[in-house]
Amino acid sequence: MAASLLSQAMKRCSAHTCAAVAVRRALSSGAATPSVYTRFLLKLSHYFYDVENILDWNNWLRSQGVIHKNRFAGQSEWFRPDSRGRFSYDFMSTPDAKIEEVDLSGTLINHNGLENLVKQNKLQTLSLRGCPEVDDWFLARLHVFGESLVELDLSHCSRITVGGLAALQNLRKLERLDISGLPRLQNPGLVRILLEEMLPHCQVSGAEYEQGLIQPDSQEQTEGHHEASTHTGLRHL
Amino acid sequence: MWRKLFTSVPAFRALKAPCRSFKSSSRGAEKDFFKDLDAQLRAFRDKAAAAMPGSDWSPIELTPGLPPERADVVIVGGGVVGWSIAYWLKMKARVRDGLRVLVVEKDPTYSQASTVLSCGGIRQQFSLKENIMLSLFSAHFMKNINNHLCVVNEDPVDLQFNHSGYLFLASEKSAHIMEENYRTQRYVGAKVALLSPSQLKERFPWMNMEGVALASLGLENEGWFDPWSLLNALRRKAVSMGVYQCFGEVTGFKCAANLAETTDGEVLNVQRIKYVNVRMPNSLEYQPVECAVVVNAAGANSGKIASMLGIGLGPKESVSGVPLPVEPRKRFVYVVHCPDGPGLDTPFLIDYSGVYCRREGLGGNYITGMSPEETEEPDISNLDVDHEFFQEKVWHRLAHRIPAFEQLKVSNAWAGFYDYNTFDQNGIIGLHPLVPNMYFATGFSGHGLQQSPAVGLAVAELILDGGYKTIDLSALDLKRILLQEPILESNIV
Repeated sequence: MAASLLSQAMKRCSAHTCAAVAVRRALSSGAATPSVYTRFLLKLSHYFYDVENILDWNNWLRSQGVIHKNRFAGQSEWFRPDSRGRFSYDFMSTPDAKIEEVDLSGTLINHNGLENLVKQNKLQTLSLRGCPEVDDWFLARLHVFGESLVELDLSHCSRITVGGLAALQNLRKLERLDISGLPRLQNPGLVRILLEEMLPHCQVSGAEYEQGLIQPDSQEQTEGHHEASTHTGLRHL
Repeated sequence: MWRKLFTSVPAFRALKAPCRSFKSSSRGAEKDFFKDLDAQLRAFRDKAAAAMPGSDWSPIELTPGLPPERADVVIVGGGVVGWSIAYWLKMKARVRDGLRVLVVEKDPTYSQASTVLSCGGIRQQFSLKENIMLSLFSAHFMKNINNHLCVVNEDPVDLQFNHSGYLFLASEKSAHIMEENYRTQRYVGAKVALLSPSQLKERFPWMNMEGVALASLGLENEGWFDPWSLLNALRRKAVSMGVYQCFGEVTGFKCAANLAETTDGEVLNVQRIKYVNVRMPNSLEYQPVECAVVVNAAGANSGKIASMLGIGLGPKESVSGVPLPVEPRKRFVYVVHCPDGPGLDTPFLIDYSGVYCRREGLGGNYITGMSPEETEEPDISNLDVDHEFFQEKVWHRLAHRIPAFEQLKVSNAWAGFYDYNTFDQNGIIGLHPLVPNMYFATGFSGHGLQQSPAVGLAVAELILDGGYKTIDLSALDLKRILLQEPILESNIV
């Protein structure tokens, strides 16, 4: 009986599975108003365990998809021919060549994908501009490049917080670090000061010292002026 | 007592005429009438909804919050270890209602629970390979925590993990132990680096190197996080999978006793737990919960739970005379503010003198403390903080190691209990021979939080599969207490 109920539930929900995938994507991309499908699915998931399981499973499949892409999409797409030195299109025939620059901007790389890169102990430049899955655990794994990494671009990676930036203390040779556009940093100016203190030879760009400070209103400033003048007036009396 | 359905509602029709006083105008009286009418209508609607089928009104008054009358697994203790076991039990039992799990927690506010009062650190720098494997697994769990613990339509879990690593300092005497441990840690897979004093000076110029012969720094999977977020994430996911939660205190067990004879001819009383008595808060009422398996994850109170079954109360030479060696030990944590202190690169520093210190936030605040000597254990009847301890024991050692801390201010302090294993300060996981259906998961002596996801999986495997599948923890089994064979961990903080 449970099996037939389950198959009925599956038939009911199979029509929604495609919608469910769209739902999760819509929800995770931060759509402002969820569509009718989304709301309906969520209402269903409150009432039926089957729907909740399906939505859970879709989530899990998506995350597995990300892991899959990291493991297998590596070799053909990553290494673009803007690497320096003697690298050209025939680098694929020289698998022992040392990679010096890797540009990963916009890819779905996460901490599992670094498995493919950890052997490159001469890596000097790493660009992670706009990678949505790069988070603090990814930064913690970058310690393997501690002796060689000179430039790191972390701009617009929405999952990075201060806790991950603290892990960059292992990159002693770092000279250029870009932390612009990190939405989860509450005090970008303070973080810049702390990073410069932590890595003395490093130039941190992307955050101004005033960012994160409470800016006084210009009106309050003029009021303050008036008060000061009246006080001095009284004192003279 | 039969409850009346409409006790508190005055009869709808008999509206009292408002009292005529000299001051009230006719408009005021009309306003009162309409306001009353509105309230009356609302109350009538509520009572009508309660009378319809589908509401949860019943003529018999039930105490709210009672546990179910029977459950398959009862977990005594709702801390991070207890909820981790509940989560993994439900995760392994793939069918929705295949296993009924009940978590019983004494304190709904968690005011004295060790989980939430801890510093929240996680490290792989242990000397025992089981400990290293446990916290490595837990770090991997936390790395992918949203794959494990996310619930449909709820916010993703944010542990606020700081990846600053642990830094252990060793003097001349203990440098060889540190090298030994480093080899074990690298063999098991932890990412640790050894640093000489000159390298330390170059990395951390704010530290005083006097007396330091060697240091070991965790490079990855080490740091600190928010224990309350982990506890709530585990609890939320477990409750969404169908785990029952009850706030009450376990006051006793009802067991079926059998006599068993050992090979030495000694006759032992083997008790199988049939019912767990759960007493409601602020009441004498208790509910006996019929169960198949009980898990003792009560932390600092595990010794009390074990003694309810007579473990430790028998004659001294027999198996029943060996008590569970877990007792609460009070530890103090001080929050200090030092504006000139070390910056973002401060790791969780552990000095060889026993004092520890870590950064808290970005505003120059640090969390620090020290384990007292064996002979000077503080009183465990309350959680009051002893500030003299900081002034006399902690401060000068801290200032010796980090000179900037000579000028600081203690802004806050609290105390929490370790579930201290007096035998060998390592976790106790497994069955007791005298109680064949009580599993123990306690005695972690300050590491329960960082090992909790892995311990939860291990206990769930013991209960459902009968043996360890992922990490082999037979070295941490309870029988080492009875055989008097301690396994010592040399890196206890």
